Amino acid sequence: MSAPLIEIRDISVGFTGKSGATLPVLRNIDLTVKAGESIGIVGESGSGKSTLALAAMGYLKRGLRLLEGSVAFQGQDMFARTRTELEKIRGGELALIPQNSGQSLTPTLRIGAQLIEALRLHSDVPQAEFSAKAIELLGQVRLPDPAAIMTRFPHELSGGQQQRAAIAMALAGEPTALLLDEPTTGLDVTTQAHILELLRDIARNRDMAMVYVSHDLGAIARVCDRVVVMYAGEVVLDGSTRQVLKAPVHPYARGLLASIPRLSDPRLPVALDGRPPAPGGAGQGCSFVDRCALAQEQCRSRRPVLERLPSGESVRCFRHEHAEDLSLTGSGAIPAKLDSDAVPALRLDDVAIRYNRPRLLDKLLGRDSASVATVDGIEITVAKGETLGLVGESGSGKSTILKAVAGLLPPSDGRITVAGGEALAPEVEQRSPDHLRRIQLIFQNPDDSLNPRQTIAQILEQPLKLYFGLSGDALHQRSAEILERVRLGAHYLDRLPSQLSGGEKQRVAIARAFAADPDLVLCDEVTSALDVSVQAAVLDLLNDLKSTQGTTYVFVSHDLAVVRALSDRVAVLYQGRLCELGPSADVYATPSHPYTEVLLGAVLEPDPDTAPTLSADDVVELSPPVRGCPFQRRCPRKIGPICDTDAPPWRYRADGHGIRCHHTIEDLETVQRKDVAERCA
Amino acid sequence: MLRMLLRRMFLGATTVVIVSMIIFAGVEMLPGDACTAFLEREAQGKLLENCREAQGLNRPAVERYIDWASSAVRGDLGISANGQKSIAELVGDRLANSLLLAACSLALGVPLAIFLGVVTGLWRDRPVDLILSTLTIFAMTIPEFVSATVLILVFSVWLGWLPGIVLTSASAPAAEFFPEIMLPVLVLTMVMTAHILRMVRSSVIEVMAGDYIQMATLKGVPYWRIVFRHALPNALLPAINVVALTIAWLLGGVVVIEVVFNYPGLGRMMIDAISDRDLPVVQAIALIVATVYVCVNLSADILTMIANPRLRTLHMRRG
Repeated sequence: MSAPLIEIRDISVGFTGKSGATLPVLRNIDLTVKAGESIGIVGESGSGKSTLALAAMGYLKRGLRLLEGSVAFQGQDMFARTRTELEKIRGGELALIPQNSGQSLTPTLRIGAQLIEALRLHSDVPQAEFSAKAIELLGQVRLPDPAAIMTRFPHELSGGQQQRAAIAMALAGEPTALLLDEPTTGLDVTTQAHILELLRDIARNRDMAMVYVSHDLGAIARVCDRVVVMYAGEVVLDGSTRQVLKAPVHPYARGLLASIPRLSDPRLPVALDGRPPAPGGAGQGCSFVDRCALAQEQCRSRRPVLERLPSGESVRCFRHEHAEDLSLTGSGAIPAKLDSDAVPALRLDDVAIRYNRPRLLDKLLGRDSASVATVDGIEITVAKGETLGLVGESGSGKSTILKAVAGLLPPSDGRITVAGGEALAPEVEQRSPDHLRRIQLIFQNPDDSLNPRQTIAQILEQPLKLYFGLSGDALHQRSAEILERVRLGAHYLDRLPSQLSGGEKQRVAIARAFAADPDLVLCDEVTSALDVSVQAAVLDLLNDLKSTQGTTYVFVSHDLAVVRALSDRVAVLYQGRLCELGPSADVYATPSHPYTEVLLGAVLEPDPDTAPTLSADDVVELSPPVRGCPFQRRCPRKIGPICDTDAPPWRYRADGHGIRCHHTIEDLETVQRKDVAERCA
Repeated sequence: MLRMLLRRMFLGATTVVIVSMIIFAGVEMLPGDACTAFLEREAQGKLLENCREAQGLNRPAVERYIDWASSAVRGDLGISANGQKSIAELVGDRLANSLLLAACSLALGVPLAIFLGVVTGLWRDRPVDLILSTLTIFAMTIPEFVSATVLILVFSVWLGWLPGIVLTSASAPAAEFFPEIMLPVLVLTMVMTAHILRMVRSSVIEVMAGDYIQMATLKGVPYWRIVFRHALPNALLPAINVVALTIAWLLGGVVVIEVVFNYPGLGRMMIDAISDRDLPVVQAIALIVATVYVCVNLSADILTMIANPRLRTLHMRRG
């Protein structure tokens, strides 16, 4: 094997805290990357994984300092180089693919200009051939119509296309090593799977080394040979992908794996209690000691060293021999299933929602300007105590439906009724206080949904005052009680949201919804902004509340495994139209709608032995087709012209599982079974 | 985009119409009218009646408003109450003088403010930034008449370099205002530079901390290329609107400076007209200033739209 390409030796990086003390973000990290090797760095937010990747380029974010150690690229110290030398290496031999390409591409420059800039700086291509080369690069990252993409501004591309453009830019300098900072976070499952396949191919064909930073073990499993697990600024485990994902010898890695919901497992994932220490907050002992089930006396008093095991892994744990005692997969609670007494809690009758209203001028002239509705023909009944999952990619209309139920976006057609057959007023201003109380919404990001200047007490007291007229001691007591119910102590009442961790904030948001004693709780991607271990805790909490309160949920998520973990029934949406609706076990099994099949195939499991099946292109459609099946343009099982012209019929099975497709259920079952058999063979 | 443009222009015109109504109604509500001002102590009995009859002041207000507004559109702003002169003529000179003052201040102030704003933004928290930022606070907080007086004291009384007061008549050609105009320009530039500088500075800081600047750095783009190609086109977008507001302020609101330096601009004419109770002139100037505000802000919005690809393409798609 060749000499190491990137050699990080014992680096520590820190910043000066408010107290004047130096707080470390990275502590004594060693990492070697050889040519052509792909290494994954995993950890939760705040673990220092991105800082480590950027340090490999000799770059530290504003405020951070190199405390000790060295980073060498091709044998030369990156922090000792001059600015001109660094400019030559960065984007040339060593390229970065950023986390959020939408924000990492300069908004005022066309894609072509940015690509050509990279070529001018880092390649030998003669000036006359810049455009041709740039178009070639865009073609290599499989962007359709590269010549047109050249003239676009970044905001005119979809998330997946932006990410591909960023990859093309990184490839312009023919790098020998590629650093990837969460390159697929925030993308749809199918897009993510496609991008990862692309990266795998490129790395193989060009023999590039890759350092892949992610919190997503599924993505890491797909592209990396070796995995480094980071916790609180330290490397706690370093081994081959197989070792780390199949039999990790560090308790944190095991906890992390157990907190990931799996498609194949109907049980809830297990949460890791507690939270990592803040920078500088790790005491003398092991940084994981407070959350570790195996902790002993020595773990508190001494910091374990990174120990190399005979099997080839390195682990920072005194008790790694006992790590196998800890479970690896979700052995959490079985999701609560309530006997739905068939009383509908929510009914959507042929609901359609449009964003673009007909123009005044068109109305006056009597022109028919009605465009295709964003969401159309939604016919769903949710029984009392049932959890309905809504899944689909971005743009599938799942959040739009939630908004309509909440009254934030009046439907243009159809009726929404609640228990007892009472119709809901389309707009929230016209709804009675009782209706408002009965339907509560929890948002994706608690940072945005909680007022940063109100204490937790003020946040919780609002619904209590408004709906129940509580005051004084009763009010205080009730708030404390509600907080207790989401497993936060009463001492949180006086705090501000900024003093809480992400998971705690989301619990407060949940508590606020439950303070109204609602019948129906709408959850809009409530776990997407959270780390996996925290996500597991929130799922567990929601499940708990469901079994004790008998609440009905409508649960929206782009993460199919999360939806599976909590839902009794699942509705699959594409382009604002229902594709499939049925009990979750049935929807996640064969036969399924071709779109569900595509979605499920693209899910990445944290298991190096599974591979996603990519059966449809990840084209982004801006509006649904006017006629026929909404999935006609991407469907891998398209029959023919009938799909373009006729709306597909619902086909039901005995258990109420419905698929909306021109294929009969039997046909779908036969072809899908056959495909699975072929793949296994 | 065309649709958007027309919409904006229509809204702008509506604003001017509404403002003109408010101005007219406001003047109408004041006790007295052009005739009482003109006749002064003799404003009573038959004389007043005759005057009102001659000026058409006895007609209903709505009729007079329509009359006034429609002739204003044609450029005829009526006749001043005391001088019986055409207001358009009187105001024309003054407007040209105000434009001259504004143009000089802008030509000096805007490039200076942008340059210093970028410098302070890039060298944030370094000595350059600290010194300049402190100076801007002074420039913004000291009232104009104080700084104007101090400058007159220093440059014309002590040093004797520049005239401290404008003596040129209102109708003189532009060239004759030099060097008298220099001190007022200096004062205006100071205030204006301070405002624009702070805006540009914070905008540069924000953009330089952005993800795409980090990306450009890690793509190996040389520092100055990052500044000029990646950062400034984005950082200067918000400056367009501040500059527009400054222009509007320069054309209508620099009353104090014009009075201190005896500069024959619109602002001073307004003050004079108010103290003379020359209501037609007050009306006319208020209308001009309002129109300038609307026009300048409209052009700033359009410029921003052209300079920002996000807005530009968005409206292209819609329109």
